[in-house]
Amino acid sequence: MKKVGGRLLLLASVVVLSVIFFVPSYQPFYQGLPDWMKKVMPSKGITLGLDLQGGIHLVMEVDEDRAVEIAVDRSVTSLQDGLVEKKIPVESVLRTGPTQITFQFQNGELKTQIQKLIDDYPIFSETESAGSANKLVWELREAEGKRIKDSAINQALETIRNRIDQFGVAEPIVQRQGLKQIVVQLPGVKEPKRARDLIKETALLEFKMLDEDNLSKLDLPARIPRDKEADVLKQAEGKLPVGDEILFERGVDKESGREYRIPYLVKKRVMLTGDVLSDARVSIGQFNDPYVSITFDGKGGREFERITGDNIKKRMAVVLDNTIYSAPVIQDRITGGRAQITGSFSMQEANDLAIVLRAGALPAPLKIIQDLTVGPSLGKDSIEKGIQATLFAGAMVVIFMIVYYRLSGVIADFALVLNLLCLMGALSALNATLTLPGIAGIVLTIGMGVDSNVLIFERIREELRLGKAVRLAIDGGYDKALLTIVDSHVTTLITGVALFLFGTGPIKGFAVTLCLGIGINLFTALIGTKVIFDLLNQRHKVGQLSI
Amino acid sequence: MLEILGKTSIDFMGKRRWAFLFSGIMVVLGIVALVQIGRGAANLGIDFAGGTAVQLKFDQPIRIDEARKVLEANGLANAELQEFGQDNKLLIRLKASTTIEEKVADRVVAVFKKEFASNQFVIDSSTEIGPTIGKKLQEDALIAIFISFIGIVLYVAARFEFRFGIAAALATFHDVLAVLGAFYILDKEITLLVVTALLTLAGYSMTDTVVVFDRIRENLKMRRRESEETIINNAVNQVLSRTIVTSLTVVLVLIPLTLAGGEVLHDFSLALLWGVIFGTYSSVFVASPLLLLWPGASGKMLQRG
Repeated sequence: MKKVGGRLLLLASVVVLSVIFFVPSYQPFYQGLPDWMKKVMPSKGITLGLDLQGGIHLVMEVDEDRAVEIAVDRSVTSLQDGLVEKKIPVESVLRTGPTQITFQFQNGELKTQIQKLIDDYPIFSETESAGSANKLVWELREAEGKRIKDSAINQALETIRNRIDQFGVAEPIVQRQGLKQIVVQLPGVKEPKRARDLIKETALLEFKMLDEDNLSKLDLPARIPRDKEADVLKQAEGKLPVGDEILFERGVDKESGREYRIPYLVKKRVMLTGDVLSDARVSIGQFNDPYVSITFDGKGGREFERITGDNIKKRMAVVLDNTIYSAPVIQDRITGGRAQITGSFSMQEANDLAIVLRAGALPAPLKIIQDLTVGPSLGKDSIEKGIQATLFAGAMVVIFMIVYYRLSGVIADFALVLNLLCLMGALSALNATLTLPGIAGIVLTIGMGVDSNVLIFERIREELRLGKAVRLAIDGGYDKALLTIVDSHVTTLITGVALFLFGTGPIKGFAVTLCLGIGINLFTALIGTKVIFDLLNQRHKVGQLSI
Repeated sequence: MLEILGKTSIDFMGKRRWAFLFSGIMVVLGIVALVQIGRGAANLGIDFAGGTAVQLKFDQPIRIDEARKVLEANGLANAELQEFGQDNKLLIRLKASTTIEEKVADRVVAVFKKEFASNQFVIDSSTEIGPTIGKKLQEDALIAIFISFIGIVLYVAARFEFRFGIAAALATFHDVLAVLGAFYILDKEITLLVVTALLTLAGYSMTDTVVVFDRIRENLKMRRRESEETIINNAVNQVLSRTIVTSLTVVLVLIPLTLAGGEVLHDFSLALLWGVIFGTYSSVFVASPLLLLWPGASGKMLQRG
């Protein structure tokens, strides 16, 4: 018989390590520990998956094509400004395709002047074929388009991270996945809809001028129900002055509580955007109505001062994601770099608006392609039911083993507890996330652990039937069962590894527990229980084995 | 010594014709299910097919036919409803045709808020999956299954003989197909969790088969004058009590999980439960007789260890 000392020591250290690693997973106990112990112990254990503690899992795609369009639009705006400044009288500068800008002008002599402008816009190239004496076409360079798309995703990631930080979620995950997807996980969020809206809102703030001169050409209704927007747009089709668009203000009727829309004729040209903001805060107005006060940075403040100074007595629209929040008349030049966004907000809406304005706009709209939301109640139900059922199942197995194998059954049950302990310790050490399929994996591991012991015990029984002495029967039983156990575990391990490599999300969690469990099983079945048998034998020279 | 079975000598191999007939039917069912899944005609979960699922927990019991009427009246006629009676829970599923842009989940919630104003509810869970993600999951699952099969065949072939590898793989295929077929017949939803269960049971069934094969290998090495059929029969009989005890313990674990583990674990545990039963059956009645269809040259058995 081999010496048991070394193996006993190994077993004890594995148990101690498992306990040390597992402790942080059980926070109430961990928090109660003295500080010096917390310092030497690992601080993080198992995290519960979204399916267990509730929360949101979002997979989003950035609308890259739109990001490119927006970038081209921005160039158009700055070209318009530049042409006015240089006093070049073009008829129109417009984006005429996803990546195309077209200049139209009466006087053919202007052409060379405009062509020179391209030096300041190196991201474009002139397309010769589409031009004519009175027309010039620029096209975005392909490499630039790619760069814009790529930076759009990084910028979106950054913005979403900012917003979530300000919203306040414990341990959020915001990651890029593949080429153009963003994964956001918010565990334990109590208001999933609000969080989702906050993330998804593009939050592009723009200041645009109303076109009051041409208003009479269109017969716009004063106030419409919220689902009649399309009708108004259709009616105005063809009558819209060049460079104008119709945008709607959103409002709520105080008496009926019904939402309505007010159409406005707005110049497409963007005077100022939200990227010049330095701060946004919620304030309360004199009628207890919340509004958002914004502060421009230095450059933005000067720009805002100039714009308001040039447009006194005209109306300026505050537009967020193509919806007008308010369209006040500019009474005077506004200095000091401050402005207000009013509208019919609730306090929470104002709060969220301030958050998105502070965090900045998304470079392009996001498309949610996967959205899993688990309410905290379901998570709690699942845990309670899962744990209850598992405990009950475990108890059945424990009792069965003792009834069927008596003292050896007790040893097998000890292996079972050891198994569970090591598995929890290993999962904690890896800071694994425990999901429902993960729990299923643990259950399967327990099943396999029992199977190993059954295999060994049945072999020992066979050896005993052949009339061998207890000690020899035990050694023989273990020896003969060894290869069977290894073979059966390796085959299952192959499945586990394949699942880990190619599975996604919850399947991966299952695979992790399964693979770990198999390794631990081998250890407890081949070393754990054998030590105990050997120990019993050494101490008492057992003549009869209770099996 | 408490024993469920004493020493047995049941002629398992002699019953192989019946076993093959029964298994053949199950496999055909499974293949039909597989084809239907490929065609998109089976009851695929929204995690594979794309769509929306919302689970609501009401304060008071809710009648499923009323809920259906209300949804139909609000333009959500293609919703599938399922209730978990004891907790007043209602699961509403809408498949692929809906796109994520519409915020179908919000629409469903709004409908219930409006029409069942007196019956308060909380949203237990809501899931929206775009069709592209579902496709990717399907592909990933298929790759995982394929790779694990190849790996297992190779391992078993290396440790035993090639025919053992093939027989073990076929038996495992059989178990997965049988459970899949049963799910298809009962029109149960095939979700990601059910696929996980199928893969788990593949692993389990493989374990079970390997244990039996191990004994056959051991006995073949010591073969004297018995026929291969007798040797295999004896091996199966020798490990029979282990096979039954093990299956029994796993079944003991799975029954409470199926009955009381909550709605999320129910189908998962059910698939595993059937899987264990089929897996046990197949290692005795399918995998071992398959070896007989392809007799090995005597004495050419790989050395154990």
